[in-house]
Amino acid sequence: MDAIIVAGFGGQGVLSLGQFIAYSAMYEGMEVSWLPSYGPEMRGGTANCSVCVDKSPIASPIISAPDTLIAMNMPSLTKFVDKVKSGGTIIVNSSLITVKVDRDDVNVIYVDANALAIEAHNPKAANLVIFGTYVKHCGTLNKENALETIGKIFAKKPKFIPSNLAAFEVGYAL
Amino acid sequence: MEEKKLLKGNEAIAEAAIRGGCRAFFGYPITPQNEIPEYMSFRMPEVGGVFIQSESEVSAINMVYGAGGAGARAMTSSSSPGISLKQEGISYIAGAEIPCVIVNMVRSGPGLGGIQPAQCDYFQSVKGGGHGDYKMLVYGPNSVQECVDIMYTAFDKAFEYRMPIMILGDGMLGQIMEAVTLPPMKDFSNVPNAEWATDGTRYGADRRVVNSLYIQPDDLEAMNHKLFAKYDVLAEKECRYEEYLCDDADVIITAYGTVARIAKSAVDMLRASGVKAGLLRPITLFPFPCDRFARLAAMPNVKKFVSVELSMGQMVEDVRLSVNGMKPVEFYGRCGGNVMTSEDIAEYITKEGK
Repeated sequence: MDAIIVAGFGGQGVLSLGQFIAYSAMYEGMEVSWLPSYGPEMRGGTANCSVCVDKSPIASPIISAPDTLIAMNMPSLTKFVDKVKSGGTIIVNSSLITVKVDRDDVNVIYVDANALAIEAHNPKAANLVIFGTYVKHCGTLNKENALETIGKIFAKKPKFIPSNLAAFEVGYAL
Repeated sequence: MEEKKLLKGNEAIAEAAIRGGCRAFFGYPITPQNEIPEYMSFRMPEVGGVFIQSESEVSAINMVYGAGGAGARAMTSSSSPGISLKQEGISYIAGAEIPCVIVNMVRSGPGLGGIQPAQCDYFQSVKGGGHGDYKMLVYGPNSVQECVDIMYTAFDKAFEYRMPIMILGDGMLGQIMEAVTLPPMKDFSNVPNAEWATDGTRYGADRRVVNSLYIQPDDLEAMNHKLFAKYDVLAEKECRYEEYLCDDADVIITAYGTVARIAKSAVDMLRASGVKAGLLRPITLFPFPCDRFARLAAMPNVKKFVSVELSMGQMVEDVRLSVNGMKPVEFYGRCGGNVMTSEDIAEYITKEGK
């Protein structure tokens, strides 16, 4: 069971990142729900989604205390940091978040996702970098399946597959 | 069986409608249900159906009236303010006994309100939002899969009873993505058109009329009784609900749609802290599972009911009517587009005493 909140600016691929997790879990035969914040959202505004992954059917898809928080920008970290369960995980996009997480009861992983995405020759794929880090550290998803999922999602745009796989690998290597 | 797909509630409803035989969609955009017309706009041409983005909600529902009158499996979808605009047409459709499906992905009101999830259209849906004595068969699905399953059979029910069917969701249900198994495409290509349909192609038989105008009081009274006889059959045959841990419960929580899932988690939390809570989830909102409520109310272990809704308290009135004074019925709700958490529900139950 993992209850994940993915949050950041609109345009950072926050909702897609949540979908990558949801698709991967579904392809592994798990129960999933993906609930976006919706509303007057726009590029540059805030966006988040709640993803539940479980072996048994998801009752409430609303997450008040996430096991995992993926914070892609500072306002998202500020908004959700105190809600993460004790013993949970926070993945911080340190490219945009310069502060350290002020909690010692959670596992914090800092990822310079924007720089690593550039390193993988896919500057738009900071979310894929983080996806790799999530798969490596959160223990809910299988790496091979996650790679296959990326292939399936980009099946209609195959030219984007290699650079997205590369971004994933860079994040997974952390 | 098809591989599972990850779909939004809105997309899943649209695909399930097509697979259930829908070949005519008329609608006008409004958040949070825009994925339904969007999906229909490219999917309908693929299956040889009709998609029209009408100039208004009023025209959309009247296009459904016309297409349905000709025997087509026609539907429309909208959200609260748009559904209000459709009410006149819905009343005419009910009066003319035209089968159709209407989807309402409810947003908060009143007025233009907000675009976040709500359940404040319960009254409008089950009590008759338009004029006159009529009802619809109203479903309140709680998951994307249940949206699919209900939508897939909705047209069969609509034609069986010759009446409008409403699927009452909320913004969350429209926007959430879940894994679903889609049913196979139904084939109606060799099914003759309904004998009452005004398709203008058959001569010699009795004249077929689609109309809701009955000028003679006796005729109209008979018409009303005919409709209500149908509603009695619905109550007998179509009423659906789901129960969770009610047998030994002190407190019965009742909720429908996505809120019932939040409530189900609350029941688990309460059970873990020693409070014997249970959940009764109506799946059909009309017909309402009155008898089941009454039977639970008569059980000595049941101390009270709590209706949990995203409204100021609407379904709670039907719960009170069903419980009929046998046990206290309380209400807990959020509105305006705010959604309660499972913790909120559990806290309410704990604080208000058992």
